[in-house]
Amino acid sequence: MKSVVFSEQDISRAVTRIAHEILEKNKGAKNLSLVGIRTRGVTLATRIKKSINDINGLDIDLGVLDITFYRDDLAIGKHNPVIEKTSIPFSLESKNVILIDDVIFTGRTIRAAIDALIDFGRPASIQLGVLIDRGHRELPIRPDYVGKNIPTSKTTRVQVLMKENDGKDEVCVINDLTIDNT
Amino acid sequence: MFNLKNILGTKCLSKEDIITILDTADSFKEISTRPIKKVPTLRGKTVINLFFEPSTRTRTSFEIAGKRLSADVINISEYTSSSVKGENLIDTALNLEAMHPDIMVVRHSLSGIAEMLSQYVECPIINAGDGYHEHPTQALLDLQTIREAKGTLMGLNVVIVGDIAHSRVVRSNIYAMKTMGMHVKLIGPPTMIPLEIEKMGVSVGYNLEDSIKGMDVIMMLRLQKERQSKYLLPSIREYSNLYCLTSQLLEKAKDDVLIFHPGPVNRGIEISLDVMKSERSFILTQVTNGVAIRMALMYLLLVNKNDNNN
Repeated sequence: MKSVVFSEQDISRAVTRIAHEILEKNKGAKNLSLVGIRTRGVTLATRIKKSINDINGLDIDLGVLDITFYRDDLAIGKHNPVIEKTSIPFSLESKNVILIDDVIFTGRTIRAAIDALIDFGRPASIQLGVLIDRGHRELPIRPDYVGKNIPTSKTTRVQVLMKENDGKDEVCVINDLTIDNT
Repeated sequence: MFNLKNILGTKCLSKEDIITILDTADSFKEISTRPIKKVPTLRGKTVINLFFEPSTRTRTSFEIAGKRLSADVINISEYTSSSVKGENLIDTALNLEAMHPDIMVVRHSLSGIAEMLSQYVECPIINAGDGYHEHPTQALLDLQTIREAKGTLMGLNVVIVGDIAHSRVVRSNIYAMKTMGMHVKLIGPPTMIPLEIEKMGVSVGYNLEDSIKGMDVIMMLRLQKERQSKYLLPSIREYSNLYCLTSQLLEKAKDDVLIFHPGPVNRGIEISLDVMKSERSFILTQVTNGVAIRMALMYLLLVNKNDNNN
């Protein structure tokens, strides 16, 4: 069973709102950097960057992070070993870094991403923005900017589609008891 | 899906395996350019470098690759091992395995040692050069360097020049390059080209000047003085007169030709100093990419080992 919970328009509004919230919390775009987590986190971060640029005309740095090197489940073999390139061609030293991902679930991806970022330098702060927070955290991690909270059960799958990657903008919840997300 | 247990040679690698290894290595390359050149991916894993032949590049490259992935790397060389006391190689390997390493990297002057050891020990083995047989990581880093510079491998023309008979680098490169759809030509003194090597799908020539025209890659080999019997060449000077890549010769090659050498270089014997330093020379890029290739192999072998256990 599949239901659309977030439309193209909802996504676009959420992106604009998150851009405003980022600027509000950080008192402008000075000293800000965005880092997207592959793959759809990067797409989302690119849109937020554009939105921030539309609002105040500042062009902020955008990095791309593949967190495979830092995963904690490499040893239990649940993982697809394809590694994409990481590219953070600017210094994170003393920056306010906004980490962007599409969905936050257990929090383990974000844990890995924070570890990875800290290996690139010592940012002034790391904040977290996600399009969907679906709950079920296994680590003490909480996003600073959320597009939408969607309560889910552990067996539900949340599917984020983005035009740049999938041809359309949409967030669906798929209830399928055969899927084991744990 | 990459599901090899060992890397014994390029002969047993499929096209998909090679592409997976090169793609993974491309992504690992970036780690070596970071301010902190280390990721925790192989934390808690142990890599043993078992080197029974002298080596700077390959051993250091494996050591750096392991350390940048946070593995613990132990180096054992012939003179520091119990082989000096007469222990045979299989016993050495079994004893090392009793300490639970996760990968053994083996170099030895006897052809086939890596494969033989793989029948005795459980842990994955990477062949870092066995006699005249294979040196797969060298061939893979060569392919990565070519692909990076040319954007593709399919259909490229490669000439490999020098002591073909004694070269494991050549054999690994021929297998891998044929698998990737490249055309390989071998050039060298007739005494150094094995009979019937054409059966590997390569062409053979004896004249360097005629053979470099139209080539995309020129790979010069080291004259392996330690493996020569004195009957193969009248003199090193004659070899050099006929087979040294000089800048005059290079004028006959394509403008965008890539010059490779697996190292160590005998300056002025197989390649002249100005060619080594020219912008067409990718000799040091090969070394840089070697670290990424070895990181990729360690990663692919260990991650998939865990997959099989589950």
